[in-house]
Amino acid sequence: MTTATIKKTGYNWRVADIVVAALIAVAGGVIFWAWSQGANLISAPVNAVYPPLSGLYAGGWMIPAVLGMLIVRKPGAALFCEAVAATGELIMGSQYGTTVLISGILQGLGAELVFAAFMYKKFNLPASLLAGAGAGLFCGLNDSFAPWGWNIAYAAGDKLAYIVFCAISGAVIAGVLSWIATRGLARTGVLSSFASRKAATEPVFS
Amino acid sequence: MRDALSLSGNQALLTRANPLAKFAAVFLITLVLALSIDWMSASVALACELLLFPLAGLTFTLLWQRGWPLIVAAAVGGWSTSILSPDSGKVLLDVGIWSMSEGSLQLGLGFLLRGLAIALPAVLLMSCTDPTDLADSLAQKGRLPHRFVLGTLAAMRLVGLMAEEWQTIGMARRARGVGSRGNPWQRLRATLGQSFGLLVQAIRRATRLAVTMEARGFGGATRTWARESTYSRLDIWVLLGGAVIAAGAVVAAVWAGTWNMVWLEGS
Amino acid sequence: MPAHYDGGVRPAAVTARGWGWRHAGRSRPAVNALDLDIRPGERVLLLGPSGAGKSTLLHALAGVLGDGTSGNSAAGDGGLADSDDADETGSLLIAGEPPRARRGRAGLMQQDPETQVVLSRLGDDVAFGAENLSVPRDEIWTRVHEALDDVGLAHLPLDHATSALSGGQKQRLALAGILAMRPGLILLDEPTANLDPAGVLEVRDAVGRCLDKTGATLVVVEHRVAVWKDLVDRIVVLQPGSGTQPAVLIDGTPDQVLEQAREMLIAAGVWVPGYVPAARQRTLAGTSAEVTGQLLLAAEGLAVSRERPRRRGFRSVPPVPVQRDITAQVRAGEALTITGPNGAGKSTFALTLAGLIPPVDGKVSATVELSRGAGIDPYKWRAEQLIARIGTVFQEPEHQFVTGRVLDELQFGPRHMGHGEERVDELLERLRLTGLVDANPYTLSGGEKRRLSVATVLAAHPQVLILDEPTFGQDANTWAELASFLSELLDAGTAVVSVTHDQEFTHVLGGTEFRLAPRGLGQPGTAQPGTAQPGTGGHALGAPEQAPT
Repeated sequence: MTTATIKKTGYNWRVADIVVAALIAVAGGVIFWAWSQGANLISAPVNAVYPPLSGLYAGGWMIPAVLGMLIVRKPGAALFCEAVAATGELIMGSQYGTTVLISGILQGLGAELVFAAFMYKKFNLPASLLAGAGAGLFCGLNDSFAPWGWNIAYAAGDKLAYIVFCAISGAVIAGVLSWIATRGLARTGVLSSFASRKAATEPVFS
Repeated sequence: MRDALSLSGNQALLTRANPLAKFAAVFLITLVLALSIDWMSASVALACELLLFPLAGLTFTLLWQRGWPLIVAAAVGGWSTSILSPDSGKVLLDVGIWSMSEGSLQLGLGFLLRGLAIALPAVLLMSCTDPTDLADSLAQKGRLPHRFVLGTLAAMRLVGLMAEEWQTIGMARRARGVGSRGNPWQRLRATLGQSFGLLVQAIRRATRLAVTMEARGFGGATRTWARESTYSRLDIWVLLGGAVIAAGAVVAAVWAGTWNMVWLEGS
Repeated sequence: MPAHYDGGVRPAAVTARGWGWRHAGRSRPAVNALDLDIRPGERVLLLGPSGAGKSTLLHALAGVLGDGTSGNSAAGDGGLADSDDADETGSLLIAGEPPRARRGRAGLMQQDPETQVVLSRLGDDVAFGAENLSVPRDEIWTRVHEALDDVGLAHLPLDHATSALSGGQKQRLALAGILAMRPGLILLDEPTANLDPAGVLEVRDAVGRCLDKTGATLVVVEHRVAVWKDLVDRIVVLQPGSGTQPAVLIDGTPDQVLEQAREMLIAAGVWVPGYVPAARQRTLAGTSAEVTGQLLLAAEGLAVSRERPRRRGFRSVPPVPVQRDITAQVRAGEALTITGPNGAGKSTFALTLAGLIPPVDGKVSATVELSRGAGIDPYKWRAEQLIARIGTVFQEPEHQFVTGRVLDELQFGPRHMGHGEERVDELLERLRLTGLVDANPYTLSGGEKRRLSVATVLAAHPQVLILDEPTFGQDANTWAELASFLSELLDAGTAVVSVTHDQEFTHVLGGTEFRLAPRGLGQPGTAQPGTAQPGTGGHALGAPEQAPT
C-alpha cells in the first residue's frame, strides 16, 4: 500500500516540473524586480533610519522557494527554485556579487527542510507559513553571521532584530502569498497537469 | 530586456574562457574579500578588477549605465554598518539610535569598498559569459544533471517575453479599470493582481515549452552535445589571475596592518 | 542510449485500436474508442468540433501524454490506481511500437511560436532534438545545415538570436528542429493559428517541401481547411467519443469529406473553403443618425513606440518610434480599420490611441463629446474615467481577466464607476454567457473567452471601442457572432477601431481602412490612409484564406 502511494505521489521530476519550477523562479525574480522599482522610494528612507527594518521586505525574495514547492510538489523544489532565482539575479546584476548564490541556496534550504519535515505530504497554510519562516530564518542568519553577510558588523541586538524581521517577512510574504497564489492558480486550471491541481479544494489546516 | 541576456556581439578575450574557470576565479576573489572588512584589501581588488574591464569588453560608460544601482546599494550598506556596528574610538555622531564613531566609520567605509569589490567581478563575469555557454559548461564540465540545467536555460529564454508580457498585462488591466496609479496600498494591490496574471501566463507557457522539449526527445538519461565545452590555456591564466588578485589583496592589507578578520569583530 | 540513433527517415504507420485517454482529474475521456489506420507516408487533416480530442491524439502520438511514471503504469496498478489519475484504454501504435518506446519517431509542432523555440541560438535550437536522441556530434551538424536549408532559413548565421525571428520564422525553425530528428511522422497542432497571412503560407509551403523530400507521414489539426486542403490526401473528422458511437465520424479524400460533411463542419465552426459565415450587414440608415460622424478622438503628428524612455545613468533617452507622423480621426458610428504588415506598429498605434501608451511625439486628443470634462489627453485619465469613454479589447483575453468568476468579471467595470450594472444581464444574454456566470474565466474555451472579453469592456459603456486582432484564432461561428455584434454597435453610434489582418472582417464593418507602411530601415515609415474597398476582400477562396482564424 505504502509503495503504491509513493509511486502515485511521484517523487520523480518530470520535464514539465523542471521547466515550470524554473520559470516560476525566474518570473518571481521579474515580479520582485518590478515591485522593488516602485517600493524603493519607500524602502530606502526606512533602511537609512533603522536598517534592520529592511528584513521586513526580504520575504519577497523567498516567494520562489515556497511557491515552486507548492506547485510542483517534488523533493528539492524549494532549493532548486531559490537557487535558480538567485542565478537570475546574478545575471541581472546583483549588489551581492556571486555570494547571492550562497544566500539563495541557504534560503531554499530553509524552506526545503520544513517541507521535508512534513515528509512532502503537507502543503497547507501552516506548512507554507513555516516554510516561509524557515527561509527567512536562514536568510537572516546568512546576512548576519556569514562573512559575506551585509549585516556582519551590526551589534548583536540589531542582528537579532533583523533575523526576527526576516522570519516574519518570510512567513507572511513568501508563505501566505504563495499559498493564496497556488489556490488561485489551481482554480484557473493551469495546474491541471501538476500534483497541485486540486490545491483549491484542499483543507486549509489539515 | 531581452538584450540583457545575450552578449550582443561582445568579442572580448574573456568571452572565450570557459565559464566555470571564470566563475571559480571570481568566487575565489569574493571569498577572500569576505574574510575581512578593510579598505586596503577591498581597494586593491577593486583597482585590479577595474583594470580587467577592457578584457571583458566592458567600458566604463556601460558599467555606469548598468551598475549605478549597485553603487547606491553599497553606499546604503556602508551607511548602515557605520551607524549600527559597535562603537570604538572617538564618537563622531550620536543621535538617538544612530551613533557613529571613528572605528565604525572606518568599518562602514571598508564595507562600502568591499561591497563594490564583491559586486563588480560578478558584473564582469556575466558581461562576458553567455548563459548558453554557462549551461553547457555546468552540464558537461560541472557534471550537474543536464535535465535541470537545460530545463532552466530554456525557461530563462522566456524571461524577456515575461517582461514584455508584464507591460502588456499592466495596460490590459488599466483598460479594465484597474488603476496602477494612486496610493501605495492601491498600487500594491494592482501589482499583486498583475503578478497573478503574469504567473498564469508563465505557467501556461512553461507547460507548453515542456511539451515541445519532450516531443524533441528531451528527458532521457543520456544525450550527446553538439558543442563540446572545453578548457584551454586561457582558463589557466584566468584562474591564475583570480589567485593573484586575491593574494595581492591579502598581502597589501596585512602589510598595511588593516587586515581585519570578520569573526574577530567586536571582541 | 545510442540505440536511439537512426540514420534515415522511414515513414511511419499509425494504428489505433479501441484507443481512449482520460486526462488526470477529469471525469470524461478526451478520446474514446478510436479506431484509425494511417498508412506510411499518408497526409491526414484532422477536423472536428472542440472537445473531440484532436490535440489529445496528437500529444499521445508525440509520446508526451502522461508522465511516463504514472501514465501507463497507473493502468497496470489495477485496483490501486486512483480514479483521479490519467487512464489509457486500447492501443495506439506508431510503426508497431507504443509512441513512448522510441522518442524521435514522431515530431510535434504546436500553436504558440514562442514555446516552439527551446534555445536562444538558431543552430543550437535545431540541434536540440538530435542531441537528445544521442546522435553523434558530426552527424548533428550535418543534419542542422540540411534542416535549415529545407525550411529556408539557411541564410541566417547559426548563432542568430531566435528571439529576433518573426512568428512564421519561429515555426519554420521548429520544423527544422523536428526534421533534424529524422522523424517518420510529423504532427502539427494548429501550426499556423497564431500567424499573420504571410506567415501562414510561409509555414505551409515549408511543410509541403519537407514532406515531398522525406516522404514522412503527416497528421495536421487545423480549423482553416483551405490552407491545408491541397497538401493533404485524406481528411478524418473526429467527434467527442462515447460508449455508443465511434470516435471517427467521417473519413475520406478531402473533396469527398468536404462535400459529405459540409453542413456538419460549418455547424462545428470549421472554416470550410468557399464558405463565408453570414454576418449582419450594417444598416446605413441608422436610427441614431444625429450622432453618427461626430468627431470623438483625433491623432495629430503622432509618433508611437511601446518602449519606455531608457535610463542612461541619470539621463533619460526617448525611444525610437516604430511609426511617426500619423494623423487619424475616430468618429461616432464609424469603423476605422488599422492594417499593415507585421512589425509596422499597428497595435502600438491602437494602444496609444486608447490612452494606454504615452505618445513619443505628437498628440492624441479627445473632443468635448468624448472627454466630458476629463481633459483632452486620454493617457492622463484615471482608469475608471478611461473605461467609460474608450474600451480596449486585447488580443489575448486572459490578459484582461481581473476576477475569478464570469459574473464578477462583467460587474467589475460598472462597480468601479458606480453605475451601469443593469447592462450586465443584457450582455450575458447577447453574448451567450448566461450559462457560464459562475465559471472561472480562465477555464472557458477560446471562443467563450473572446466573447467574455468583449462583454466586460462593453459593460462600462464606452463610446469608442478599440480591438486588437479580435478575430485571431477564432472559429467561424465566433467570427460571425463577433462581426454581427460589432456592426450592431456601429449602427447604435459607437466608434469601432480594429487592428486586423482579416479582410473579410474589414469588409463587414466597412468604414475607413488605415494602412500603415512597413517600418523603414533608416527612414521613418509613413502612413497612407485609404478607403476600404468593399468587395476586394478575397472572396475567391473565402474568408479562411484571408482571415487569421
